[in-house]
Amino acid sequence: MKAPSRSLMTLLTFGYAFLYIPIIILVIYSFNESKLVTVWSQFSTVWYEELLQDDQLLTAAWTSLRIAFFTATAAVGLGTVAGLVMTRFGRFQGKTFFSALITAPLVMPEVITGLSLLLLFVAMDDMLGFPHGRGMFTIWVAHVTLTTAYVTVIITTRLRELDNTIEDAALDLGATPVKVFFVITLPIIAPALISGWLLAFTLSIDDLVIASFVAGPGSTTLPMVIYSSVRLGVSPKINALASIIIGIITLLAVVTTFVMLRVERQRKKEMEQAIMAANAQM
Amino acid sequence: MRRQLPLALPSGRIILISIPFLWFVFFLFIPFAIVFKISFSEIATAIPPYTKLLSTINDTIQLTLSLGNYIFLFTDSLYATAYLNSIKIAFFSTLLCLLIGYPMAYAIARTESPTRNLLLMLVVLPSWTSFLIRVYAWIGILKNNGLLNNLLLSLGIINEPLQLLHTNFSVYLGIVYAYLPFMILPLYANLVKLDYSLLDAASDLGARPWKSFLTITLPLSLAGIISGSMLVFIPVVGEFVIPDLLGGPDTLMIGKVLWQEFFNNRDWPVASAVAVIMLLLLIVPILLFNRHQNKQLQG
Repeated sequence: MKAPSRSLMTLLTFGYAFLYIPIIILVIYSFNESKLVTVWSQFSTVWYEELLQDDQLLTAAWTSLRIAFFTATAAVGLGTVAGLVMTRFGRFQGKTFFSALITAPLVMPEVITGLSLLLLFVAMDDMLGFPHGRGMFTIWVAHVTLTTAYVTVIITTRLRELDNTIEDAALDLGATPVKVFFVITLPIIAPALISGWLLAFTLSIDDLVIASFVAGPGSTTLPMVIYSSVRLGVSPKINALASIIIGIITLLAVVTTFVMLRVERQRKKEMEQAIMAANAQM
Repeated sequence: MRRQLPLALPSGRIILISIPFLWFVFFLFIPFAIVFKISFSEIATAIPPYTKLLSTINDTIQLTLSLGNYIFLFTDSLYATAYLNSIKIAFFSTLLCLLIGYPMAYAIARTESPTRNLLLMLVVLPSWTSFLIRVYAWIGILKNNGLLNNLLLSLGIINEPLQLLHTNFSVYLGIVYAYLPFMILPLYANLVKLDYSLLDAASDLGARPWKSFLTITLPLSLAGIISGSMLVFIPVVGEFVIPDLLGGPDTLMIGKVLWQEFFNNRDWPVASAVAVIMLLLLIVPILLFNRHQNKQLQG
């Protein structure tokens, strides 16, 4: 295999520069003392201190974190079931419709998803008296619907790559499907569950459009606060907040990638050892 | 043999299938049906702010379907312009993403494993950072007294600040910037599986690099091109944040129009009709994407 040519690598470097320069500039200017975001005066952490005193912002951040946590957890549960249905349940009536429904949120414009869910909640409230008003619960439902689509794709891909002869062997040896799932399938797809959880968490905490439609008066999320402040113009406080978010996400991504690579290597080693041991016994 | 459960009880299989199935029918399919329904009603000063389709007048049930919203959308040229403009912007930004993303995905796919994982993570990482923040980052750069203008002024390239923000240029830039990872990832997933010995064989047999690219690499990576393009094109047609924050008064996009109908004019029926037409325009690409995605999901 030939390594990519030099001109291709130059192009790649430009591509990464394009992706990262705006983010780096954003972080640098969060340490700027001047209120003018684009004129550098001197290094200062004043905007971070101000951030910590902004109650509205902290409340919104706490709301977003809670919604994201419960969204990610539910999406992984629902996505695992959906992934099993897609890969291990054979054909059933309505499977095409089912998979079309699951992949639709991946590309559906957010304004449509947001509007349609809001109209559902309003109609439900009208007919059933539930959910009365809108708030964290309705945002949670909307986010679970959106993120489960992504989680299902991740888990389905993983389940498809997985060699299911081990599962079949365990079933032949008399293990119940439930036991096979918990003892064999779940540990193997664990890395996919973790990445699915993290993806659902970041999607939920990042969503502005859908949340704006289905939120109630008492459930302002962090992106909604950022949006209304950004509309008023650039502010170094938003830069500081953005830097914190970028920092946390980078840290999380690096740690999980590292951990997952190790887990993966460990698992491969164990599988090889098991196969070698089995061969030796034959 | 496993014991059969009594037939009256639904089997575990059916229960497991129905949990995600019902969730998506209830929270995705039915909501679309409601949008469709409300697009035929009229705005009313009530809670919720639209007229009911079914009403009882003199003990008979009456169905009133109003086509007014659709007639309004077709007669006011603002909407047609917004739809066409959205499709135009989505088309060209998808093309730009493809032109930038393809060589990047190809280069990543051809590097060796440890570097490759790092490069891949560097592509994913920005897309995990807040979308809103990444769009916001460009405001400080493109403003009239922003970093780019300051740089160009101090270098003496320009004498007065260029209007960069709130133009079509800044909208394209923002879209390509925000959606590039969504193009690169499916392309990479496809290109990394490509059998590169085919290329070696072609070059051994005397094919020029361009020719082997056009006859081997490009056709074999078509699946990645389609899913990457759909992942960019479809959401961009309905994009709201980017035209709102980076666009100017003449950047009319339908996602923003829908938002304004809903939040500023509080006209839910017209917003619903806007959404229905948007869905109709997108139905072919969405079905294409679905079929494609399902082929991959179902192996």
